[in-house]
Amino acid sequence: MEEVKLMKGNEAIAHAAIRAGIDGYFGYPITPQSEVLETLEAEMPWRTTGMVVLQAESEVAAINMVYGGAAAGKAVMTSSSSPGISLKQEGISYIAAAELPALIVNVMRGGPGLGTIQPSQADYFQATKGGGHGDYHLIVLSPASVQEMADFVVEGIDLSFKYRTPVMILADGVVGQMMEKVVLPPFRPRRTDEQVREQCPWAAMGKGDRKHRNIVTSLELDPAPMEVNNERLQATYKRIAENEARCKEFYTDDAEYLIVAFGSIARISLKAIEEMREMGIKVGLLRPVTLWPFPTKEIERLSKQVKGILTVELNAGQMIEDVKLAAECKIPVHHFGRMGGIVPNPGEITHAFLSAFPEAKQN
Amino acid sequence: MTTEEIIQSGKKVYERPRLLTENITHYCPGCGHGVVHKLVAEVIDELGIEDRTVGVAPVGCAVFAYNYIDVDWIEAAHGRAPAIATAVSRLYPNDVVFTYQGDGDLAAIGTAETIHAANRGENIVIIFINNAIYGMTGGQMAPTTLLGQKTATTPYGRQADLNGFPIKISDILAQLDGTCYVTRQAVFTTAATRKTKAALKKAFQNAMAHKGTSVVEVVSNCPSGWKLSPEKANEWLNEHMLEKYPLGDIKNV
Ligand SMILES: Cc1ncc(C[n+]2csc(CCOP(=O)(O)OP(=O)(O)O)c2C)c(N)n1
Ligand code: SF4
Repeated sequence: MEEVKLMKGNEAIAHAAIRAGIDGYFGYPITPQSEVLETLEAEMPWRTTGMVVLQAESEVAAINMVYGGAAAGKAVMTSSSSPGISLKQEGISYIAAAELPALIVNVMRGGPGLGTIQPSQADYFQATKGGGHGDYHLIVLSPASVQEMADFVVEGIDLSFKYRTPVMILADGVVGQMMEKVVLPPFRPRRTDEQVREQCPWAAMGKGDRKHRNIVTSLELDPAPMEVNNERLQATYKRIAENEARCKEFYTDDAEYLIVAFGSIARISLKAIEEMREMGIKVGLLRPVTLWPFPTKEIERLSKQVKGILTVELNAGQMIEDVKLAAECKIPVHHFGRMGGIVPNPGEITHAFLSAFPEAKQN
Repeated sequence: MTTEEIIQSGKKVYERPRLLTENITHYCPGCGHGVVHKLVAEVIDELGIEDRTVGVAPVGCAVFAYNYIDVDWIEAAHGRAPAIATAVSRLYPNDVVFTYQGDGDLAAIGTAETIHAANRGENIVIIFINNAIYGMTGGQMAPTTLLGQKTATTPYGRQADLNGFPIKISDILAQLDGTCYVTRQAVFTTAATRKTKAALKKAFQNAMAHKGTSVVEVVSNCPSGWKLSPEKANEWLNEHMLEKYPLGDIKNV
């Protein structure tokens, strides 16, 4: 029987990492995600699975440790919150450029600047549109529950190895801090060094019996091969966009209006939708599970069915740009958001919806 | 035997180190980087650790070090080599991991990564090429640039009140409990080069014995950045650099 446990989203990340066979975690404390590092240090996985856990001197160092571990073929990860993720951007760009697998968790807090330790989704642009320099993408997973925090660690590291590209779990502070029931993923052993050598023939782990040396680099001064490198990256992103976009739909079958929301606010939006359905207003919810690739096709399909879309975000309106692109401006798309760490309740969302679409009530 | 006699006898008395690749280096004539590369290649070969050595290349003139020494390499972002080496060394405790860094890489942008890797006593070798200038970007001031030294960004000479003082980072690293061996060597004469090789060997042996962080600073030249001929550059090094950066072991435990 599966064992159901009660824990915080951040703790679930830590436990899932140990169980997923992660080889190394490198982090630096920052609210609201410090429980990831704290839980790992308390669990001492180096005594059980052999996983390396290290508190780095900064987020810059932590992401470069991830780069080093990934370059050597290991399954490695880091976690942080918004200001720390800004510091990691240089390293993330290098990891993407060098085509390395890695898992990065951002438990978002309100910004800009030092901002607040309260929940936010204001790093959507940063996560989905690049963040660091150069033409690259991350696969961005958006958990809405503690269960998904745990599940996405396994899925995230596997996706990162499948495509040799960094994956980000973009959680908001609510999902990191709230306690819920969770079934942790089953244990799977860490790969042995021999397995790494076999599965990652590109890894810089020491030549062993290999005749040639492996070099992990993102440098190419000659423009022609550099363009080829870029084209290879873009081909990977194309494959990812074709195969990995995911979303969840609720009450969309007969929906006349649609709310699009991700993370914790999607769950609060669902409550609002249930209230509105009792009032006779047919609203559905689309919750993107991957923020990049974005579930454009599904939104495009629904945009032909509904009369209007409201995006609900814990920011000033970021995902709305992707929703508008998907809906191709054929129907009105409005935004409702709170900033600064404020999480609206279902009543506020209903109110915002009715202000945006007053005609919905008359029907 | 005279040189002529040796040549005439046809006996091989010297050859390219086995682990130095055939690639033609991009280094300027007379540059110390090439000499240190040769020593590193020889030491890795002599210690028989080619199969389990991982080098971490810097951003700086040695950015292409991976083209020249035949071991696995990871190319770091500017200054971050010690963080990368930390992870590789911890994930592969039997690997021998070294960084190769210039003074800007190690003692300016990467100061935090350097100090904290050394302070944790990471089991790595840090090879630190101190040429008192930013070679790669065209000869700007480095943290180790001497007072009065002219560079592209100190065209009238480095002044303490404007630019601060040259940093002796190896002396700082020697203060940390995590370092087992900190030495300052040079490659401007054959005798100095021999000593540098011995120091590098010791540092790699420390890593093989899991003794902690070893730092080998090499006071080197940059004929191009210094705008001197290779010969004059070595004279300048002898006359000016060694006073501020005296050679010898700073720490050896
Ligand atoms: C983040 C970042 N900042 C700046 C640079 C530009 N840059 C390249 S090499 C270098 C200085 C290298 O000097 P040093 O470390 O002393 O090595 P040398 O070239 O003298 O061997 C700089 C500033 C860069 N590549 N990345
Ligand atoms: S610029 Fe200076 S450090 Fe760089 S290769 Fe030339 S001489 Fe050497």
